[in-house]
Parts: sequence; C-alpha cells; structure tokens
Amino acid sequence: MAVLDLYGRAAKLGIDLSQVNFDSVLLPPGENFGIESDDEDVYVNDENFETGFGNIIVVDQLPVVGMDKFEKLEKKLCESYNKLGVIKEGGFAMPVDSDTNKTLGYCFIEFNTRQEAERAKEKTHGYHFGKDINLAVYMFDDIERLMNMNEEWEPPQTKPYAPKETMNLQTWLTDEKARDQFVVRCGPDTEVSWNDTRHLKSESVHKLQNWTESFVQWSPLGTYLVTLHRPGVALCGGATTFKPLMHYKHPMVQLVDVSPGENYLVTYNSQTPNNPNDATQVDIKIFDVKSRRLMRGFQGSADEFSVGGSSLSWPVFKWAGGRDDKYFARLRKNTISVYETKTFSLIDKKSMKVDNVVDICWSPTDSILALFVPELGDGNQPARVALVQLPSKVEIRQKNLFNVSDCKMYWQSNEAYLAVKVDRYGSKSKKRIESGLEIFRVKEKDIPVEVLELDKKNDKIIEFSWEPKGHRFAVIHGDLPRPDVSFYSVENPGRVSKLVTLKAKQANALFWSPNGKHMVLADGLNGKLEFYNVDMLMTMATVDNFMATDIKWDPTGRYVATTVTSSVHEMEDGFYIWSLYGKLLYQTRKEQVFQFAWRPRPPSLLSEQKEKEVKKNLRQYVVRYEEEDEEVVALLSRQEMEKRRVMEEEWEMWIDKWKQLHEEEKLQRQNLLGEEEEDEEEEEEEEEHYYETVEELIDVCEEVVSFEP
Amino acid sequence: MRPILMKGHERPLTFLRYNRDGDMLFSCAKDHTPTLWYADNGERHGTYRGHNGAVWCCDVSRDSSRLITGSADQTAKLWDVKTGQQLFSFKFSSPARSVDFSVGDKLAVITTDPFMEHTSAIHVKRIADDPQDQVGDSVLVLENPEGRKRINRAVWGPLNQTIVSGGEDAVLRIWDAETGKLLKETDKEVGHKQTITSLCKSADDSHFITGSLDKTAKACLWDMRTLTLIKTYTSGVPVNAVSLSPLLDHVVIGGGQDASAVTTTDHRAGKFEAKFYDKILQEEIGGVKGHFGPINALAFNPDGRSFSSGGEDGYVRLHHFDSDYFNIKI
Repeated sequence: MAVLDLYGRAAKLGIDLSQVNFDSVLLPPGENFGIESDDEDVYVNDENFETGFGNIIVVDQLPVVGMDKFEKLEKKLCESYNKLGVIKEGGFAMPVDSDTNKTLGYCFIEFNTRQEAERAKEKTHGYHFGKDINLAVYMFDDIERLMNMNEEWEPPQTKPYAPKETMNLQTWLTDEKARDQFVVRCGPDTEVSWNDTRHLKSESVHKLQNWTESFVQWSPLGTYLVTLHRPGVALCGGATTFKPLMHYKHPMVQLVDVSPGENYLVTYNSQTPNNPNDATQVDIKIFDVKSRRLMRGFQGSADEFSVGGSSLSWPVFKWAGGRDDKYFARLRKNTISVYETKTFSLIDKKSMKVDNVVDICWSPTDSILALFVPELGDGNQPARVALVQLPSKVEIRQKNLFNVSDCKMYWQSNEAYLAVKVDRYGSKSKKRIESGLEIFRVKEKDIPVEVLELDKKNDKIIEFSWEPKGHRFAVIHGDLPRPDVSFYSVENPGRVSKLVTLKAKQANALFWSPNGKHMVLADGLNGKLEFYNVDMLMTMATVDNFMATDIKWDPTGRYVATTVTSSVHEMEDGFYIWSLYGKLLYQTRKEQVFQFAWRPRPPSLLSEQKEKEVKKNLRQYVVRYEEEDEEVVALLSRQEMEKRRVMEEEWEMWIDKWKQLHEEEKLQRQNLLGEEEEDEEEEEEEEEHYYETVEELIDVCEEVVSFEP
Repeated sequence: MRPILMKGHERPLTFLRYNRDGDMLFSCAKDHTPTLWYADNGERHGTYRGHNGAVWCCDVSRDSSRLITGSADQTAKLWDVKTGQQLFSFKFSSPARSVDFSVGDKLAVITTDPFMEHTSAIHVKRIADDPQDQVGDSVLVLENPEGRKRINRAVWGPLNQTIVSGGEDAVLRIWDAETGKLLKETDKEVGHKQTITSLCKSADDSHFITGSLDKTAKACLWDMRTLTLIKTYTSGVPVNAVSLSPLLDHVVIGGGQDASAVTTTDHRAGKFEAKFYDKILQEEIGGVKGHFGPINALAFNPDGRSFSSGGEDGYVRLHHFDSDYFNIKI
C-alpha cells in the first residue's frame, strides 16, 4: 500500500495519523501487504524457529501417576530441568487424562531459549529415571514433524546420472601451462586466479562478492575451497565455476578444518552466553565430506576443549597422518582421546591416561603420536617426550628430559625424523633460556635419539624448520634482532653435521620451499627477504618487501608470494609474486587485502624413481618450455609496442588539435598580453637552450702546515 | 642529482611557483612569509612580510613585477616583487585558498574557503596597471559554487574566457569567466573519487593535470576546453601536488601518507617521493626521494631542466636534472 493512499484513506476515515502509534499496529501473520522484507534476519530466524516452538521439549516415558503423586513428580522434574536451563514461567505442563485422573506419561517443558532446550534434550535423552524408566526426550518441533510424516513409504527415486563439469574436481591440475591457482580475499570480493608468471600477471578464474562471510580455506589436497556462511559451511570446487558442491549445516560456524585425506570436515562454533558467569559453549561437528552425514558432534564448555588454562587452540582434533584419515586425537586434561573413523568412537572405548600431558603431535604419514609431558613437582619428576604407536597404544620410545622449561616437537615431512626443541633454564639462574635439540630417528631400529647442542651453548633457538622431504633442517638461534642462522644435515646415520652458520642475519622466520633446497629467510619487522640456496649454501638475492605480513611458497616451489594485508597499512596493500631466485615478477595492488592462499596440490603420482629420472633428463624437457617462454615474451613485447604506438598516435591527435587552436587564438592572446610581446613569443619558439658547465682551475699550491701540540 | 636543500620556512610548504624566466622561485608555507629564492643556486633573495596566517598560494605576473598571494588571514595581497612592498590587500570574510593571474595579468581569480556561515566562492578581481588605482571590488563573484565544499584550486582557461575549478567534491567545473555560468562539469564516475588537491596547466593552456587523495590516488590529465579525461597516472598514495614538464613529455606527482598518520610508522611507509611518469604512456619512469614528510608542492622550472618540491617537513628541495634524465627511454 502506497504511503500516499494511506494518508488519503486516513483522511477519509477521519483518523489523525499523528496520533497513531504505528509500532502498536500488528499485521496478521503472513501478511506483508506485498512488501517484501529486505531484512535478512527475518528469514534466518524463520529457519531457526520453524514453528516458534523451538524452545519446548517433550519428555516421554514418564511414570504414569495419579493426582496424589502428581506434585511430587512435577517438583522432581522441575528441579532436574532447572539445572540444565531456565524453565519459563508457567512453562511446565503435564497433561492429565480426565477419565482416569492420571497423568499421560509425558510432559512439556518450555525453556527460555532454544539452546537450553537443545541442551536439555541432549543431556536427558535416555536418562535413567528410576526403575525401568529411561526417559525419551524430543524437541517439540520434531514431534510435529514426525506426526506430519507421510505414512506411506516412497522409494527414493534414483536420479539419472548426469555428468557435470564440476565432477572432475582435479581439472585445475591439467592446466596446459602447469600454472597454480591462488585465492585472494580483498574488500567484499573473493577471487581465485591463475598465477600466470609468463605474462607477469594473474588471470582471474572466478570472482564473487560476499562469497564467504568470514574467510575461505583450501582443503589440504586442494580439491575444495571451503567457504563459511551463517547457516553453515559450503565446499566449492571445479576448475572455472567454483560452484558450491555441498553444504553442511552448522549455524554460525566459526572455524573449519578438513582432514588430510579430505574425507572429513570438522566445524566449530562457540557461543558466548548471555550470563557472563556461564561458560562459553562450544559445538563441534564432524561431517563426512562426500555423504554430508554428520558423523559425530561434540558439545561442551570451552574449558573442556582447552588444555592448561590456555585458550582453545584450533584444530581441536588432530588427524593422524596420511590420506586414510584413520584416527583423530584430542588432547584433554590428563588424557588423550584417540578416535577411529571406522566407528567414530574411542579406540578400545577408552581414552589414554597420560598425566599432565600438554602437547601432542601426529606423525605426518603414520599413526604415531608424539606427546610431551612437562616437568613436575619442581623438577623431581622429569619432563618426558614419548612416541606412541596406534591403535596398539604401545609406547615405542620415550625419553626423559631434565631442567626443561618448554618443548616443541617438529616432525619431518616423510616421518623419518622427529626433532624436539628443548628449552632449558640456564645453569644457576632461571632467567636465561638455553636451547638444545633431540633428534629421534624414527625409521631406524630402536629409534636412536641424538642430542644436538648448538655451537654456542647458551643460545636460544628462535625458529626451527625441517627441509620438506629432505634430510636437512635450519635453525635461527641467538639474540634478536640479529640472530645466527645454521643449517644441519642428518643424512649420515648417527651423526648430525653442521653445514654452515650465517652470522648476524636479519631474520626471524624460515620458509623452506616445498621441494626443499631453497628457502626464504624473512625479517618480519623490516620486511627484508633473503632467498637462500641451501645446496650451494649461498644467498641468491636480498630484497626489500616493506610491510610484508605473509610469505607463502606456491605448492610447486617455483614462486613465492608475499602479501601485505590490510591490518597495518592501506597504502601498501597487495601481493607480490617472486621467483625462487628472488626476482620480483609482478605485483598487484589491492585495497583491503585480508587473505592470500595458494591452492595446494595433491602429492605427485610419479614414483620416486621416475621423479629422479625426470630430474636427470631435465635438459631434454627444458628445451620445449623455453621455446614456449620465448614465444610468449616476443608476443608480449609486440603487444606492448603496438599499445604504445596507439597511445602515441592518439596523443599526437590531441597535440595537433591543440596546436591548431593555439594558432587560431594567437591574435586574441597577443591582444590580451599587449602587443609588444609579439616578438618575444616568436623568439621563444626558436630559441634553443644551451647550458654549459665550465670548470676552471685557478691555482694549485702546496703548503706545509706545521702542527703544534 | 644532488638536491639543494632550501631551509627558510618554519612550517610545512604549501605552494611553489617559478616566474616566467625561470630565474626566480616563490615559495609559500604555513608560516606567514612567502619567500623568493634564486632558482639556480637556491639562495634566498627575500621575503614578503605582511600576512597574518598560513599562505596557501601565489602567482607571479608575466613580467615578474607583481606577486599575488592568498592567505588564511582572509586576505589576498599584491606585492612588488622587487622591493617586497605590499601594494594592495583584498579582504575577504574567509581564508583565500588559491590565486591565479589571467593571461595579460589584468585579472586575477581568487577562491575563498567555506567558513562560518560563508560558503566557498570564486572571486574575479581586476588588477590595475598602477597600484594607486587598485580597488578591492570584484568583477565577478561566484558564490556557493560547490556549496560547503572547499575549492582547492581555480585557474584561468584559454584566453581568459573560462575558469576551471576543482576541490573537495572531486568534480572539475568550467565556468564562463564573463557571466559566471557553469559551462561544463566532470562526471563523478569518470574522474576523481576524492578531494582534488592540486591542478597544474600546461604551458600552452591546452590541457591540465589534477591530483587527488582518492584511494587509488591518481593524477588525471584533462583537455582544458572539453574537460575530456585523457590520461590517468596511478601512484598508490594520496597526491598533494602535480606538475607538467614544459620540456619533455613527463609529469611529476608528489604526495604521501597523510601528515597526521606519519609519525606512527616507518619512514618508508610514507612514500614521500616525487614520482615521474611518462605523460603519454602513463608509465612510471622514476622517483626522487628525500623529503621526510608528504610533498605538498611541486613546480617545474619553465626551461624544464630543474624542478623543486616543497614538503610538510618545511624544506624546499631544488633539483637540477642530470644529463641522463634527458635521454630516458622506456
């Protein structure tokens, strides 16, 4: 109804509109007078409270009692449910059969919020209420839904198989130019692009506004792009369209994690309660990626999901290595819970009891779990690092460590080694921290452990990093801002040998190429990047990348992307693509860059032998690609020349027009300037400027200046 | 290229202007005294004392005898360049932001800021040959041309027939200099998105360049008669000053991170660099660093062989180009 009509109508009926309180006017439900609400929340709420009875539960299988015991039962029920949530005033109803004057064996309880109702249902469904009574608790909405269910069973219709473009989710790997993809989130846009270094630019694949509501994430093998939305999580995939393939319902999802084999999706959300005294509620769901089935949910207060009083660290569930996704583990207070995905329950139905365990770490390929227990009882009980084989739960190796302040565990990517960085209190004073390394050779018999001390014993290790797929590692040690960087090799059994130490480097972070051999040493504070070749032990380039916040190797180890995100500086925002030799290939300036992520690649299908063969015969392969490269370069330069020529021609047109006008207006201008200027202007056009610098040596003399103390 | 550092101002620079012969350089700053320098060696020649507020802009007559300055003390003053004598003072009821002599120096266009109840305005004053005859009356006043938005620069169009103005509303306008009628204005979509900070004409009045604070921070080249956008130069930082080389097809753009945000960050973050672009190809040629505050003013010597920049840091830096500058090929 148009507003004008309204005024007309009101005037006709003699209503003074200024006296009407519009807020008190209620529309009949479902009536909107043809005006669609643009308030998105309305729809969301509709979804949450399908019938508006979302906060009511039905408790069934109650004992049938007469009026004499009615009050007692009511009191008992109210008491127990009030512990789980606040029952609304008059929110308890237990119907009574008017014929028998006995209860019907069920009751309705209305809570203040849906969450409370859900929790009450969760906690009391199947609750042993006494004697042979197990409660059956349902959501009121479910009952209604079940009642309305069609009585007759309809066989599910099999849809005819329709091949879709998106069916081959790996098409991006078959790119002719073997390029890699990356996703950039900036402003409201999320864009997936090819990294086309031949043309020195990125080529957009798919761009969408508000693709996600918080962030995006690639699945570990790069098959899917995970996007987060208010109702849940979506997985997008494919090569060009990035259509949403699957949705997983989890309202207000905040964090996601995909298992290494991309078989399971873990979603997380936490709710800060209205009452600040209540604990934050955490809700975690694990879905099967392909079938979208909810495999298991975990609810509880935030404290249950964090260990040692620290805030919750994501991911809560750590997946066992390899693509099988056989096990996942969760660290709890004094226990480690390892679940198997076959049944989605604990292995052997019970958790592992490990007192005071603070850190666990799966081997990247096998189901070996490394765990760390800190020192206890003022040093009376030593700290401990142990390796546990699963599912047998056998401790295959353990080592006690003394005088330890902290430990960090690092698995090498092939699982051949585990390095444990041990921070110790310096001798005597507890203020200074000294670091050492313990290297576990996991693949060798009995898992020998080597202790490595740095050259300078009392150095603190700032950063440790294994060479991916390799036998080397790098450490940054010493004092900031100019620590030393050392490289070690563990290739020879029984001996860790130092390769080199680079003294006083401006670096606080290490980034190995995914193929090893190359690395970037970065100094986050000053934006210095050093591209280092570990085979040759030499620096290839040192570059300035001011304000760079993120450094990421592409999955093939050919390029490095540095990003400046919008947190600090708007003017610098954008990303830079470097070659592995530290040459800036191209940069893209964007406003408000939030995220940059390379699309991961699944591991190569070539066998190790084949890979070696390719490496050996690299020369043959190179020729073809070099030719292609040259062609592109030639094409680009031709295009550039053409572009310039066109621009210059256009410019000439402007100039000619202006010259003509200038000529036409000459007389008028001279009038304005006064006539005596005429000559000068002519002269000016002809005049050629000559500048000459003359340096004349006037005199040179030598004098002895006596020096008096 | 070693710059000559000219330290004569106590406050940030606001404007730089060479005379036609290229031997004198006038500088304006937020301190109250415009200063005259030898354009060759950067020696200070003298100052013009009399203003009581920041001096925003100046212009010098073709014969280098008169100087006009616009100031925040709500006056624009005429000076005798040689003696430093104040010849006349135009009084306004709000700060004077920009001044420009017409071709022939018979007229001057002065813009005033919005202030208290006054809106921005463009005033055209007749400049008498003999300062004795000078009167303060305006030939033409354009009240409220951009409402409450400030006009940062207004200059004469070809043959004094038009006035081109640009300011905070990011729109460029061409006015009829006789009647005050609005002849043309730029489309919001085409040009700048934010405050136009600076405007510089080509030597033959055929085109001009504007700089703006907009997010992509760019400078645009326009046809002076049709207001057609011809070129865009993207610099990545807010632009405070622009200039066109009279000799080569180069433009120079200066600016940097806003002065109020500078102190909190690394000096490299500010990008206080005068950047040179190829006028036709729109490609960056090079940059001249040195200021430790945003660049507020840029001017080319009319011979195109030197340029000077004035910064928020209070310095004027005078650069004589090396010979290889004249052979740049891209």
